[in-house]
Amino acid sequence: MSIENELFGIHGKALALRSQRLTLLASNIANASTPGYKAQDIDFDKALATATSEQGSLGGALKEAMGYRVPLQSAEDGNTVEMSTEQTLFAENAVKYRTTLSFLEGRLNTISRALRGE
Amino acid sequence: MDKPMSIFDISGRAMSAQLVRLNATASNMANAGTVAGSAEGAYRAIRPVFTPIAEKPGVSTVTVKEIVSSDTPATKRHDPGHPLADANGDVWESGVDSSAELVDMVDASRMYQNNVQVLNTAKSLVLETLRIGK
Repeated sequence: MSIENELFGIHGKALALRSQRLTLLASNIANASTPGYKAQDIDFDKALATATSEQGSLGGALKEAMGYRVPLQSAEDGNTVEMSTEQTLFAENAVKYRTTLSFLEGRLNTISRALRGE
Repeated sequence: MDKPMSIFDISGRAMSAQLVRLNATASNMANAGTVAGSAEGAYRAIRPVFTPIAEKPGVSTVTVKEIVSSDTPATKRHDPGHPLADANGDVWESGVDSSAELVDMVDASRMYQNNVQVLNTAKSLVLETLRIGK
């Protein structure tokens, strides 16, 4: 745990949370035509702050930062998934996942270069 | 611990559900305008009802709970020359609202495409993650 934190800093946890959020958004998109389905999402900043705190765990952070989406315009069947919102957030989250991934890659390159002593 | 539901399970099953919906629409469109000899025998439009399968809060896929017949009534038409006509010379045309079916078809296919898109994005992210450090 501590070694992992030293190696990857905030990015290890951020990548795990990004992946979890991707699953949440995929669930929302999958249920876009399910009557009565309530879209859910996490407040990413809050989740990351909880996950990186002293006794924070990923599961606890997710639970704490989870919330229901407030629809801009409610549908008659009680479904609160709005495709435009979900797709935008999904795309944004995918890009940010890639960003975190490249930070991690840079970190790994730094370490391996240091190990080789180049 | 159970194997957690992956993004591929979620989108894959959503695609199957949308395909059931697309099939139902196709059946309805194929039977639009068919004629029966009685009001009970006339074709009724079918429609799947979706229900979510939740694994944990926020993570859920979708499945078809049941397929219901719509209550669009069959239309009675007086056509004594029709071979299926009853004693009064009436036949019943199936209760299918073709424009509603067309709208449903477009909606189902768009939802299907959305799930394909999600699957593609997830796939490329997983592959990029696998390549890390190489």
